[in-house]
Amino acid sequence: MSEFLEFGAEHLPYILEGLPITLGLWALAMAIGALFGLLLAWARLYGNKLIYGAATAYVEIFRGTPMLVQMLFIYLGLPEIGIVFDPFTAAVIAIGLNTSAYQAEYFRGAIRSIPRGQLQAARAMGMSQFQGLRWIILPQALRRVIPQWSNEAILELKYTSIAYAIGVSELTARAEKVGYETFMFFEVFMLLALIYIVLTGTVAQILQFLEKRTAIPGL
Amino acid sequence: MLLQVENIHKRYGTAEVLKGVSLNVVAGQSKVIMGPSGTGKSTLLRCINHLTPPDQGRVLVEGVEITSANLNKMREKLAFVFQDFNLFTHLRAVDNVAVGPRKIRGMNKVAARDLAMRELERVGMVERAEAYPAELSGGQQQRVSIARALAMEPKVILFDEPTSALDPELTGEVVAVMKQLASDGMTMLVVSHEIGFARQAADEIIFMDGGHILEQGPPEQLFASPQHERTRQFLSRIGEGGAGA
Repeated sequence: MSEFLEFGAEHLPYILEGLPITLGLWALAMAIGALFGLLLAWARLYGNKLIYGAATAYVEIFRGTPMLVQMLFIYLGLPEIGIVFDPFTAAVIAIGLNTSAYQAEYFRGAIRSIPRGQLQAARAMGMSQFQGLRWIILPQALRRVIPQWSNEAILELKYTSIAYAIGVSELTARAEKVGYETFMFFEVFMLLALIYIVLTGTVAQILQFLEKRTAIPGL
Repeated sequence: MLLQVENIHKRYGTAEVLKGVSLNVVAGQSKVIMGPSGTGKSTLLRCINHLTPPDQGRVLVEGVEITSANLNKMREKLAFVFQDFNLFTHLRAVDNVAVGPRKIRGMNKVAARDLAMRELERVGMVERAEAYPAELSGGQQQRVSIARALAMEPKVILFDEPTSALDPELTGEVVAVMKQLASDGMTMLVVSHEIGFARQAADEIIFMDGGHILEQGPPEQLFASPQHERTRQFLSRIGEGGAGA
């Protein structure tokens, strides 16, 4: 045990230098996923045939292929047609586009779960469809989506480790490097697992707090 | 003429629900639409503010026809009170009432809240202004939804069976509010079988059957001597008119 603590004290600082990269990847990807996911949800709920079809195809493609393949395609495939990203940007785009497909489905479900009559009441007062969604439906749907969204957020936090495959120097890449330098793979990956558990636990707590804070009294 | 409804037709598949309905409402009048269920009363009301777009026919408010271009502006003049209230679940009672003035009429926060409190006062709901819809009884929710309609300062309020989702002991408080509005001079078009309201507050009863207006007239006349057999049958079924009255 004391050996493990010693190992930790020595190598933790180096590994944790990857923390801002991991959190940056995650936060940017989740933000892209939320914005794009809302847009996709809107397209699948209210779009015409063409928009609906395009959004549906997008969701199916990104949910039906591995995220690692998507990331490798963006980082290694796209340069062949002249689109070049640095590893960090490629990873953000890959994780962001992937999670947007999942978030779209969660948003869509949450929006559909709000009783239709409320949008009708908003329209009957003279709100436009957009105003009704913005002021009446979305505030409720966003509350309702928190549990699923928080699952997705935790999943994506762990998925940022995939970025190690294209050379992003995040937590996992750094831990692996320490492993090859010390040959103490058991200790280093134990340490890495602990770091991820602290991160995912914290995110889960924060989102649970948010869920309680925004709960609607009487419901 | 405040509200003109001309020759409204509505068809669902092969069933023609409205077969050319026309009616007028003068400012300050309240009219009650009655008739057996499935005769298109609610559909008519929903066609009037285009929640259900009519297949044919026109609706004019103060002489201006409702079109898809002016729909949102015109709906501000045509408030709608729903059978199942449809309050906004995430907003307190006062914010349910204030949200329209704020977001649609561009009122500032303080003015909208003041207006909302005045309208809640009118329906006797000031004490529960800070409650959420799920914390209110059905009758209280419906009174808040009436305040929400009033806050848009509409020309006409359309009521779609406002008491039929309520427990019998809760209908009284809603009917009382509606009677008060009618006597304040609010223009109202009400689909309801509330005999008390119809007798005391309606200027005219419109009796619908099979997608048509069968007959219409002042309540005392229509209840005492209905011209059509269908009207007579209906009135005796809801305990009004006929031999016993």
